[in-house]
Amino acid sequence: MELLVTNSPFTGEQVELLNKLLPTLTDSQRIWLNGYLSAMQGGAAASAGSAAAPSSESVPAAAAPAAAVPKEATVLFGSQTGNSQGLAKKLTQKLEQQGFSVTLSSMSAFKTNTLKKLHHLFIVASTHGEGDPPDNALSFHEFLHSKRAPELKELNYSVLALGDTSYEFFCKTGKDFDQRLEELGAKRLVPRSDCDVDFDEPAAEWMNQVVAALGQASAAPVSAAEAGSAPSAEVQSEYSRTNPFHAEVLENLNLNGRGSNKETRHLEISLEGSNLTYEPGDSLGIFPENHPQLVDELIAAMGWNPQESVAIGKKGETGPLRDALLRHYEITVLTKPLLEQAAKLAPGSSLNELLAAGREQELRSYLHGRDLLDLVQDYGLKGIAAGEFVSILRKLPARLYSISSSPSATPDEVHITVGAVRYENGGRNRYGVCSVHLAERIQAGDSLPVYIQQNPNFKLPADAEAPIIMIGPGTGAAPFRSFLAEREEQGAGGKSWLFFGDQHFATDFLYQVEWQRWLKDGVLNRMDVAFSRDSDQKVYVQHKMLERSAELYSWLQDGAYIYVCGDEKHMAHDVHNTLQTILVQEGGMSPEAAADYLSSLQDQKRYQRDVY
Amino acid sequence: MSENNLLSLNSAPHSDVEEIKRRSNYLRGSLTETLADPITGSIPEDDNRLMKHHGSYMQDDRDLRNERAKSKLEPAYQFMLRVRAAGGVVTPEQWLMMDRVAQKYSSGSIRLTTRQSFQLHGVLKWNLKNTIREVNEALLSTLAACGDVNRNVMCNPNPYQSEIHEEVYEWATKVSNHLDPRTRAYHEIWLDEEKVIDSRDLDNEEEPIYGPVYLPRKFKIGIAVPPTNDVDVFSQDLGLIAIVENGKLAGFNVAVGGGMGMTHGDSKTYPQVSKVIGFCTPEQMIDVAEKTVTIQRDYGDRSVRKHARFKYTIDDRGIDWFVEELKKRLGYSLQEARPYRFEHNGDRYGWIKGSDGKWHITLFIQNGRVKDFEGYPLMTGLREIAKIHDGDFRLTPNQNLIIGNASSQKKKKIQKLIEQYSLTDGAHYSALKRNSMACVALPTCGLAMAESERYLPALLEKLEPMLDEAGLREEDIVIRMTGCPNGCARPALAELAFIGKAPGKYNMYLGGGFAGNRLNKLYKENIGEEEILESLRPIFNRYAKERHEGEHFGDFTVRAGYVKEVLDGQEFHA
Repeated sequence: MELLVTNSPFTGEQVELLNKLLPTLTDSQRIWLNGYLSAMQGGAAASAGSAAAPSSESVPAAAAPAAAVPKEATVLFGSQTGNSQGLAKKLTQKLEQQGFSVTLSSMSAFKTNTLKKLHHLFIVASTHGEGDPPDNALSFHEFLHSKRAPELKELNYSVLALGDTSYEFFCKTGKDFDQRLEELGAKRLVPRSDCDVDFDEPAAEWMNQVVAALGQASAAPVSAAEAGSAPSAEVQSEYSRTNPFHAEVLENLNLNGRGSNKETRHLEISLEGSNLTYEPGDSLGIFPENHPQLVDELIAAMGWNPQESVAIGKKGETGPLRDALLRHYEITVLTKPLLEQAAKLAPGSSLNELLAAGREQELRSYLHGRDLLDLVQDYGLKGIAAGEFVSILRKLPARLYSISSSPSATPDEVHITVGAVRYENGGRNRYGVCSVHLAERIQAGDSLPVYIQQNPNFKLPADAEAPIIMIGPGTGAAPFRSFLAEREEQGAGGKSWLFFGDQHFATDFLYQVEWQRWLKDGVLNRMDVAFSRDSDQKVYVQHKMLERSAELYSWLQDGAYIYVCGDEKHMAHDVHNTLQTILVQEGGMSPEAAADYLSSLQDQKRYQRDVY
Repeated sequence: MSENNLLSLNSAPHSDVEEIKRRSNYLRGSLTETLADPITGSIPEDDNRLMKHHGSYMQDDRDLRNERAKSKLEPAYQFMLRVRAAGGVVTPEQWLMMDRVAQKYSSGSIRLTTRQSFQLHGVLKWNLKNTIREVNEALLSTLAACGDVNRNVMCNPNPYQSEIHEEVYEWATKVSNHLDPRTRAYHEIWLDEEKVIDSRDLDNEEEPIYGPVYLPRKFKIGIAVPPTNDVDVFSQDLGLIAIVENGKLAGFNVAVGGGMGMTHGDSKTYPQVSKVIGFCTPEQMIDVAEKTVTIQRDYGDRSVRKHARFKYTIDDRGIDWFVEELKKRLGYSLQEARPYRFEHNGDRYGWIKGSDGKWHITLFIQNGRVKDFEGYPLMTGLREIAKIHDGDFRLTPNQNLIIGNASSQKKKKIQKLIEQYSLTDGAHYSALKRNSMACVALPTCGLAMAESERYLPALLEKLEPMLDEAGLREEDIVIRMTGCPNGCARPALAELAFIGKAPGKYNMYLGGGFAGNRLNKLYKENIGEEEILESLRPIFNRYAKERHEGEHFGDFTVRAGYVKEVLDGQEFHA
């Protein structure tokens, strides 16, 4: 309907502007605008003291209407890959639409002395490795659990926890915050939501509860699609994690030379026509497919009909079983909740014994490194109907890869660097779901469902003159290829230093000729390499850092930013300790002072990690 | 002399290589730094030029070049390391050292070269220093095995006349030592010798013979003992022919200006045979060699490297000019050349007893390649022999190996090992195979245009039935193949030769003299295997039927008119 002065309350000038604007809006823009206008409306209503009744039936009865408290809220996130940050930003927008004045901050940037004054605090936090908080949550987590943490009787809060049920300490960081805030006297506004890798729907649900509990009618309920989408960038793309772009693969090659123990794929992927944008440091999400051999063996082991129609989503879609197992369900990871549900489907099986109290250690070691085929074979689960079985499976999650290209150097393209994971266990070959999918079944010309995962916690310094030290062995080198390509395009003047390592110089020097060119052109000023299997002693990047400790320290004194990318368990840990050693050795600091120095670097974003 | 006189006829600016040598501070360049650079397995081209003088040059595995480029990896850089020993004589201990470093640092095999040197391939930059150190600890060297200097001095390893060989070999060693570069760069870079503090002050002392820019090109000396011309004395820049009178070494005939290299499509480049210009006594020989080298140093062309070999210096000015210049520098004239006669340039295989009662066996080593083959554990067999042998090992100019100076007792033990490891004197091979030689070529040699060492054995297997058919299986025919026209296997002196032009394509040459005394000539250009076989079959058949008694294949192809006789390299392309 075209607006006219006669059929609307607008003036001639307004009608002209609106008619110009409205037809140009995309769907998502319309939804946004709708919510925005409603929120302004709602805010006005709230200030007038006529709060609408909560609309969600899931709001706990205990949650008191919050009309009497100030319309201010703080949203803190602890984020490693950017998921928590994206969700925090989304919640912020929702709250602002409700007329709240919202402070959005990473935990590391948050001034803890203001905590006592807060009335509404919402925490979005992910959990890493063995239950560890993300880097930018470390100091806040420590503060809150210390004696310095204040009483928080005035505070209403809720926690959104992100995690992965295949890890033992599922959502531990979120749980820690939730429990600790309660201990400090704060009131839980809505219950904590623990999200598994497929977090969109539960996160959206939690946001709806929060909004409702705050006593505001939600004019624009948060949809799952929106909750999961990346924080709005300057250029809007309709593609996101929940609506991936089917991107064409332009190139797919092995970076390792003949005779290597490894296979590292370099993929060049076209983003043309997607409006997807990214910055160096961001990641690419890819939806993989399971290995057809595993799917077929599983179907055979269960005696299922591969063509049987089963549910492939929560919304009632169905598809053939084989297809569902290939593309929609996770079959390579066992989790405790999965085993519990499987036990219910097979009441007579000995699985129930494994799940009995007191056998946690045994359960843990069983879960490790096994897949669904192991489970059904080891516990004789044959006889469960396919439809029932898939209903207990997790959705096949996307995999994130640090982007190895610069959008300014290679516009409309995104490159990733993927180590193919293959090993043998229990007499059967095991394959990394996504890496082997990319290595074996994706060729140039094929398409892949992808999306951009922003990572605000792994970014080049805003100051192009600032020196950077990059530590990235193996595929950890990926974002640094992006960084250097970007800095070359920018003509950035800042010095740069790369530490790289892998097994063998001859076959595993990933992107060797590119680093060489950047060294020659002065884009990269220093490079140290550690090839662990070329000599009797295993030499790693941290050894090279120690060899150069004086110089490394002087770079730090000159304001260098440190970036670490790659393996979390060993490398990142060793590199961290080495940095501490260097500070002690070269800076004459006590070990405690060195640790403080590193956390302050982290707080200043001068020490950023993208580890996995 | 503070600076080389540089009296070349070519007044064009000097080539880049000359500038690199001049700036190098006696072959140092930036080698110490670039060898330590961990980001690349290569060294820069300037340093590679200098590296040759240290006995090594950079290569890459050409089989892997394209796939590595695609994988964003630099080429599989590796170094060829040449270990020289005058006359190719080494001790069993030195053989064991070569065997050990080959296993430890190189591709695992040893190549015996056409200049009686060892070649290791596939040595990585990081292993060069250790390899060279171990070579030197065993009292061998790589210095001057390549580069613009006098190369390994070749010498007939003739086991027949033991005393003569001993004496000639001593002179070969003396002239080799005399012409060694004097720079300490080698010892500093590889052997951790302390640096000369300011070598600019030592300019004149550094290289009394070569000076700061060394020679315009490589320089080769070989000593033959007639009737064997195994060193191909006429292919050498300076050839010395031992003259034995009354069972004693009287002296040497002096031949100058030979050389094999040429460039396809450039007729100003050609292989040349040297000319005999006179005779000198053994005592004069070192001086004759030194003065010859200094003449080339001063008059050689430093502008165009393709034209820088001594043969062009002589051909451009005439042999009389050289004789005069040499006389001027020596302060005396050479005596008139003495009579000599060469019968062949190949090796004679099997056990023979020297005049001193010691035993020698010449083993056939196809294309000089020492490694363990399926059913033929050559490398292991030679290692086992070296462990018990107390005589010597002699690398022949035809890439074969003599186990020399064995007592009768040791002979038995060695023979047992030979049998145990299926080593061979080649007796059951065709004479063609026994007289064959090929350069290394692909995949390591950067110059190769076609396969050589990897292909010649296959070609021989196809030629042998044709020879059998013609009844020529036991006829010695000298066949040589190279992957490019630079001539490492001295193809221009073979009776039948193939020089690579492109993958699978060769120029075919006929008519070389059986005793290495005459160049061959192009018969067919740019042909593949099928045409090679088709061309040769009728020639072999006709040779079998029409040859005169004792007439060699090369002589026959000239007489029968397949090719014109080439008496001088300047007629090679005519």
